Amino acid sequence: MDIILKNLPILVVITPLMMSLVVALSSNYITSWIISCLTTFVTFCFSLGLFFELQNVNLISYHLGNWIPPFGIEYVIDKVSIIPILIISSISFIATIFSIKFMMNEISLNLIPKTYCLWLLAIAGLMGLVTTADVFNLFVFLEISSLSSVALVAMGNKMDKKALTAAYNYLIIGAIGATFYVIGVGLLYSITGTLNMSDLADKLPMLGINKVVIAGFGFMIAGIMIKAAIFPLHIWLPSAYAFAPSSVSVLLAATATKASIYIIARISYTIFGGTFELYAIDDLRFFIILLSILAMFAGTIMAIYEKDIKRLLAHSSVAQIGYILLGISLATSSGVASGFIHLVNHALIKGGLFMSVVAMGYYLQKRVTIYSLSGIGKKMPITFFSFIICGLSLAGLPLTAGFISKLYLVKAAYDSEGVWLCFLILLSSALSLIYLWKMIEALWFNPDDNKDKKVKEIPEIYIPLVLIAFLNIYFGIDATIVTESSFSAAESLLKGINQ
Amino acid sequence: MIHEFLGIWNYWIVFILMMIGLYIVIAKKSLLKKIVGLSIFQTSVFLLYITFGKITGGTAPILTSLGDPIYSNPLPHVLILTAIVVGVATTALGLALVIKINSTYGSIDEDEISAIDLVEFHQNFPDRNLPNKK
Amino acid sequence: MMPTDYIYLSILTPLIVFLITPMLNKFSVLRDILGPMGGVISFFSAINITNFVLEGEEVKLTLFNISDGLSIAFNVYPLGAIFGLVASGLWILAAIYSIGYMRGNKELHQTRFFSFYAISIFAALCIAYSGNLLTLFIFYEILTFSTYPLVAHKQNKLSKISGRLYMGILVGTSVVFLLPAIIIVWVITGTLDFAQNGILDGHLDEKYIPFLLLLFAFGIGKAALMPFHKWLPAAMVAPTPVSALLHAVAVVKAGVFSILVIIVNVFGIGFLSETHGSFWLICLACFTLLCSSIIAIYKDDLKARLAYSTISQLSYVVLGAALVSNLAIQGASLHIVMHAVGKITLFFVAGAIYVSAHLTKVSELDGQGKSMPLLFVAFFIGSLSIIGVPPMGGSWSKFYLMLGAVESEYIFVIAVLCISTLLNVYYLLEIPARAFFKNKIKETKVKNYPLMTFPTLFAAILTVLIFFYIEPLKNLTNLITSN
Repeated sequence: MDIILKNLPILVVITPLMMSLVVALSSNYITSWIISCLTTFVTFCFSLGLFFELQNVNLISYHLGNWIPPFGIEYVIDKVSIIPILIISSISFIATIFSIKFMMNEISLNLIPKTYCLWLLAIAGLMGLVTTADVFNLFVFLEISSLSSVALVAMGNKMDKKALTAAYNYLIIGAIGATFYVIGVGLLYSITGTLNMSDLADKLPMLGINKVVIAGFGFMIAGIMIKAAIFPLHIWLPSAYAFAPSSVSVLLAATATKASIYIIARISYTIFGGTFELYAIDDLRFFIILLSILAMFAGTIMAIYEKDIKRLLAHSSVAQIGYILLGISLATSSGVASGFIHLVNHALIKGGLFMSVVAMGYYLQKRVTIYSLSGIGKKMPITFFSFIICGLSLAGLPLTAGFISKLYLVKAAYDSEGVWLCFLILLSSALSLIYLWKMIEALWFNPDDNKDKKVKEIPEIYIPLVLIAFLNIYFGIDATIVTESSFSAAESLLKGINQ
Repeated sequence: MIHEFLGIWNYWIVFILMMIGLYIVIAKKSLLKKIVGLSIFQTSVFLLYITFGKITGGTAPILTSLGDPIYSNPLPHVLILTAIVVGVATTALGLALVIKINSTYGSIDEDEISAIDLVEFHQNFPDRNLPNKK
Repeated sequence: MMPTDYIYLSILTPLIVFLITPMLNKFSVLRDILGPMGGVISFFSAINITNFVLEGEEVKLTLFNISDGLSIAFNVYPLGAIFGLVASGLWILAAIYSIGYMRGNKELHQTRFFSFYAISIFAALCIAYSGNLLTLFIFYEILTFSTYPLVAHKQNKLSKISGRLYMGILVGTSVVFLLPAIIIVWVITGTLDFAQNGILDGHLDEKYIPFLLLLFAFGIGKAALMPFHKWLPAAMVAPTPVSALLHAVAVVKAGVFSILVIIVNVFGIGFLSETHGSFWLICLACFTLLCSSIIAIYKDDLKARLAYSTISQLSYVVLGAALVSNLAIQGASLHIVMHAVGKITLFFVAGAIYVSAHLTKVSELDGQGKSMPLLFVAFFIGSLSIIGVPPMGGSWSKFYLMLGAVESEYIFVIAVLCISTLLNVYYLLEIPARAFFKNKIKETKVKNYPLMTFPTLFAAILTVLIFFYIEPLKNLTNLITSN
């Protein structure tokens, strides 16, 4: 027991990584699903263990292979990284339970164990991304997660062959992003001789103003922004989410970009926090605020004109990523906290929305557009109800989690930038009602086009679906856990700037 | 001037290779060539790492009894070994996708593929045809 | 019992009625009695709450805290006590009336109807007693959603279209305007709790007041200010008890009540009157009340005419709120009561005429006075109250509104009120006049339903009674403006 507790930081990564091999060897798809469920559950328990351990200490530092940092690879769990760790592990557990019904529907049965292997690899990559404190190790996890997600997206080719081109574009754009990141890491390494985040943070301010550091920062941020699908680098995201197999969309939408945004926060504040004044990152900050505003509006407007319902949700993700990035780029403690609050809430919202939408498309045996789903809400009332709750949460109505994040984001924007930014946020969230209404109208009010098809509820997915809808409401009613942990995360992230 | 220019020729090579790779990825229509471009792009980064790890006159970091030799930094090499593995995996996955695309679409040309997709889109949604199609 | 117990009693009663009604689907008598019984209990506790408020005790109840400065809480202010009295008191009458209506008209889905009727009252009472903007907003939305099944009750094409318009305008305006306004208030003050003197003083720059007020005024679509008034005529497709209680009392009064509360307890009377930030709202309210009166003249459908009359009367309340003088606010709060009692009488009559004689148009009513004398006398009394003729209750509120206009030195408002009164006379008194003095043009078989006639007459008598027993209400309205 003690050995487990001591090694928790690595266990959250290594468990899915190792179990992916076991899953690949299993012959039966049900076995592979059960193993995956157990693995993600155990990972989730480990994350919870980390969470409770963090209540007493500020930071858990784990030295891989007992090599002392900065020479060895260090894993750091602090108030910041625990948030994405918990999001990814919990959502991936929920998504795994949810997945089997759709895997059986959309992927050849003999391929399912392999799919679960990729699935666990992706989760392991994401968990690694958020735990590691070594910038090069981060690159490796970045590639583990994105290569396995590409392969997962490509599994959607049984339903629609466009999944292949979507996966291909995702691969190429993702690889360019990752390579940009490596260039940045290389430049920083060449000038500081270290790869450890906190060591970098110590050494960078000593260099004074240095062009190599600027270039390195630019490459790293640009590379990660591609991975985080920040407008206008979001091109890969809508197709990848839309053509992926249903359950993969759920997993990716709820977790993948969140990890990348967390890394943006890490790079900008933990590594470059000490040089914030030195390099006038303040100007860059304003540029990123502009980018996030663009993302908010562009994503929303694209979603309004979108017909394919999964693409619509993906476009809305682009807009929501804009909100998160906006909060983080405000560089005030309330701003960063609001970014993290929305990080959590958006994972719940988008996870729930994708779950309910793909569930409604289950019986159609093809990819779903907003038209092919018309009137289906009435046949699946519980699924539709979850959809409505998550949708209202997306629009930010009171009593849902989305309201809390909107509230804190507007407050942070008002405190640091003033009225105009509040106005823009409120305007774009009002626009998001249009596409939400479009979906509700199609799903509930439009006449039923699928009279001949047998469409009914899928009881197997009630647990994950209702759970996530419940969480959306719960975090809207009792938001103290999320807000408090986000504020303490923001405090510890901004330590670098304020010292 | 020329000395400064040529003295860092490794970096020039890195720079040129990088641009060639990016250009191929962006400009070429063939999916296969894009992968080639990506590989060139990644290779340039490997060279970058190796270049700044090397010290002129430095030897491999092996303890010898011979006085006090200058060592080159070994860590970039190690990092690049990892990066090469990642690069190979990327290329392999990309090639696998290209093969699959070729067998499904019968083409690996970007334009042809999107044309095929467009035609199928209009077959699936005949009521939303473009005006030029009667 | 403690004050908080009465809040529980008052708001849980309609909720329990809502939950039990579907279980009594088979026992229609038992099911129908539930409504009036719930009304009596709610009214009883509303009276007790009012007494506590009059004694100056704090009636407060916090359900749960969401985050700092955010909670779901009830806190009864004098204004809320008035609205609570109106909503629960008239529920008794309307519940009795609706039994008669639903049976007489042999409507389908009666159980669903009674259930949602009760939950609408629940939402209205929660709005009345809400202690902060968030609570107000949530129950405002619940009220919208719970009345949708009532509006679209007939489930034919027309009612579905109207239902969508109804939902579209009410939900749309509240989410697009009201919610951002609430968020802005929280952002600049850090709290959403109502306070006797407002919470915005000292936090909001003077030049932004009109904009924030605009968000609130348009956000509360239930107040039916032009151009967001269309939903009210559309909602008239509902069965008449719905129009009577919800679109003369609960829903629209919830709208104007919210505007009053926001002006009094969020902006603060002192803050707003010093800055004159509400001038545009006065103009808009005047415009709406004149325009809708004129439209009402041209409406031949009885319920549509009453609907436009309601829009015009709601603007009286908004006008009183926007004048932000002590007397005008008192007049506006009195008008909530007076108009509710008067208008419910008129709607009761309209429904009774429809059920007994199947007449819906004003032009068909010629000479019907002899066959339904009681109903038309009630209509006459109700009209007089709305017009503001003593000794009907409506005269008080109009009197105070005019005093308020003088107090805040907007003399043109008096002229507007006078013109509107003339228009009221024209479009309301035309109906009893036609019924009594013209010759019959349509032969009808008239059936009387005592369950409908009794509440109608009672409501008519109430308009007169309220004129003479204004004292307790005056004490309450004095409390609104006392600091």
